[in-house]
Amino acid sequence: MQIKPILSALRRHKAGTFLIAAQIALTLAIVCNALFIIQQRVAHLSEPSGIDEANIFVIKSEWVGAPAPDQADAQMREDLQVLRQLPGVQNVTPSNSYPLRGDGWDDAIRLKPDQVQDSSGATIYFADENFLDTLDLKLIAGRNFRAEEIGHMDLRYKLAPPVVIITKALAEKLFPGETAVGKTIYLIGGPATVIGEVELLQAQSVEHWASEFAYRSVIIPERLNVSLGAFYIVRARPGQLETAMPAAVKALFAHNPRRVINEDDGVLSFSDVRSRAYESDRGMAILMGVICAVLLAVTAAGIVGLTSFWVGQRRKQIGVRRALGATRRDILNYFMTENLLISVGGVLFGAVLAIAINLWMVTRFEMHHLSMVYLMAGVAMLLLLGQGAVLAPALRASRVPPVEATRSV
Amino acid sequence: MSGMFVHNLRLGAASLRRNVLLTTLMIMSIGFGVAASMVTFAVFRAVSGDPIPQKSSQLFVPLIDNRGPQYNRHGEPPSALNYVDAVALMRAHKAVRQTMLYPVGLSVMPDDPHRMPFKAPGYATYGDFFSMFDVPFLFGSGWSDTEDEAREPVIVISRELNQKLFGGSNSVGQRLVLDDKQYRIVGVTNKWDPKPRFFDTFSGNAYADPAQIYIPFTYAIAQHIDTRGNNNCGSDGKRGDTWDSWLQGECVWINPWVELDNAAQVQAYRQFLDGYAREQREAGRFNWAPNNRLRDVREWLDYQRAVPPESRISMTLAFGFLLICLVNTIGLLLAKFMRRAPEIGVRRALGASRGDIYRQFLAEAAMVGLAGGALGLMFTAIGMLGLGMVFEPQIARLAHLDVSLMLLTLLVAILATVVAAFYPTWRAAQVQPAWQLKSN
Repeated sequence: MQIKPILSALRRHKAGTFLIAAQIALTLAIVCNALFIIQQRVAHLSEPSGIDEANIFVIKSEWVGAPAPDQADAQMREDLQVLRQLPGVQNVTPSNSYPLRGDGWDDAIRLKPDQVQDSSGATIYFADENFLDTLDLKLIAGRNFRAEEIGHMDLRYKLAPPVVIITKALAEKLFPGETAVGKTIYLIGGPATVIGEVELLQAQSVEHWASEFAYRSVIIPERLNVSLGAFYIVRARPGQLETAMPAAVKALFAHNPRRVINEDDGVLSFSDVRSRAYESDRGMAILMGVICAVLLAVTAAGIVGLTSFWVGQRRKQIGVRRALGATRRDILNYFMTENLLISVGGVLFGAVLAIAINLWMVTRFEMHHLSMVYLMAGVAMLLLLGQGAVLAPALRASRVPPVEATRSV
Repeated sequence: MSGMFVHNLRLGAASLRRNVLLTTLMIMSIGFGVAASMVTFAVFRAVSGDPIPQKSSQLFVPLIDNRGPQYNRHGEPPSALNYVDAVALMRAHKAVRQTMLYPVGLSVMPDDPHRMPFKAPGYATYGDFFSMFDVPFLFGSGWSDTEDEAREPVIVISRELNQKLFGGSNSVGQRLVLDDKQYRIVGVTNKWDPKPRFFDTFSGNAYADPAQIYIPFTYAIAQHIDTRGNNNCGSDGKRGDTWDSWLQGECVWINPWVELDNAAQVQAYRQFLDGYAREQREAGRFNWAPNNRLRDVREWLDYQRAVPPESRISMTLAFGFLLICLVNTIGLLLAKFMRRAPEIGVRRALGASRGDIYRQFLAEAAMVGLAGGALGLMFTAIGMLGLGMVFEPQIARLAHLDVSLMLLTLLVAILATVVAAFYPTWRAAQVQPAWQLKSN
């Protein structure tokens, strides 16, 4: 296929050529970034929590009358007893938070008492001896808490338990290449000995600011008694989640009615927790997907429209070429190649634009750098789209009969 | 002239029926582009608006660095105050009005045993709160300095809670028991829920459900009522481990607000804050130079990033999308107009001026824009229904399709199409009458 005649023909259609190229460039720039955002968000919402999500639900029980810490603790222990006796309940543990909750206690971890800068941030989970079993966490080193090690504390007491269990991610950060069990870490209130290490336990927040310590968690052997209330994390027996949830609430109210369990979010299955935590990520992925799809359709429609116009304008010339011996295939190839040339120009410019938009979003919205794979995928997609869109008008052009050369317009 | 204009519009409408494929493509393209922009703009408008336009330049957040350069983040003081500084600012009384506030949640036990107990969210604050933030009242009013000083258990409730507990009747003077403590109702607010809730972004409540109760800060502290919001303690360990030592500790959890009416007052307040920080340094509490901030509502919301990034990203992309739709429209209009070169040639030969051609084709573009806008309006309405799928419910519910948005949709569609039509129209007007006639 000769490219020179095509180029000289395009020079006579500067505006149309420029418009198609510009449209392809802009579409590529937006589609690449949108696909990249989708991938980022989907990857984010697919991160594992490390717990037995299928069978876990969480009750947020708030006290009426702001009980003092000792009284709150007594009430909490009674509640745990009530819940444990329910037939659908396998295990239960009290905590101040849970993965993906979005609120909780994050704190500094140090390796020396007089250290100024933290060694790491970490999510603090308060727990009793049933925490590991309830959440189905895998202990990979050391041991679980013993019942007699579990204390209880007010929100404001010094955070200084004698022993803690930490996640593998935190252990690797604090003691790279060594075993963490037996080592001492410094919490805000004092030293604690690491007695165990669990495989995976996600942080309470999945927001950007918490991403640095996403899997670095510390499990504290204390029941946290806050006058406001507490969370009971319940693991239902397999298949009994649906029945255990209302039964648990009923049993708690029957035992002690001086509490508030909110109707909307007082009891949440973990799948509810997950969908709430990632609402905005899922939403962005959907929105970007819709924009991409419509955008590609609009661009394809634009190419079909303009090429049809060109074909209509050049019927006579096509007829002349056919009369002079050009085959249908030659005519088809001509339009396909013409589109390919315009598209290549468009994607070259579009690639630069895509990177520019991404860099702008990196500074503005704390996004990541665009991966070249997405750029390449976008380029391929638009070249194919261009060829696909031009096919119908090009086929129509190839069917222009040679006799057209003799007709006037 | 107007007769000519109407004639041009008629011609435009008639021409829409020719080249149905091109016309449909154009109208769809404009419709999609405008709708995507309008839906995302509606959300952005809802979250980025000024929540208190009449006073946003007079309300300020004073912040004091109680952590020092070793522990603060990027040199910024923490985004709230500890109790010591909060009380000091209230005592100094250097602003026209001032208040401190923190979120609380108190339990309501309904008299009817069949109704479930519930938590009423709200704020512990000072009497100035209501006049500073222009809170509208249905019955009664806020409380005064006297109640603040006497730590009296008075309460202002929302219209919603008043409806729930008192059936909407005037409950001022009635008693209300919350968490076993008896409060005297002094006022019922009318519907009031500024979004974003600029005065409590610290605890992430910018888009939370409306507050239902307001009680005196001084009473709440005396009764050890805990904050329901955030506590930010930094990592220097000076936290305190009982209620009283906690109040003296350096954890921040109280939102400070002051009202300053002019630049001179703002300047004076900055000097006062610096003076206070220097005093603290002399007293040995701080060992760093004063590092204070005084931001008005807009600066504060900007600093707190109250507009969700999702809203900005989606609006940016949607306007990019509109731009592409317009480039598309330019191309399609060009095709549509140039196809009629013979007709233009004839009209020009029969005496039509270039101006006539301009008017005719721009009017035609306006008709395309109007049709695109009407379609865009329909897509926008559908898009608004689907917002819940894309944005968090608390944000999605803020956006709505009102008359101004509908007019804007049509206006953007028509304007954008007419602008897009300039180049194709110019090309059409260049058609030489003689050349076209000859070629025919």
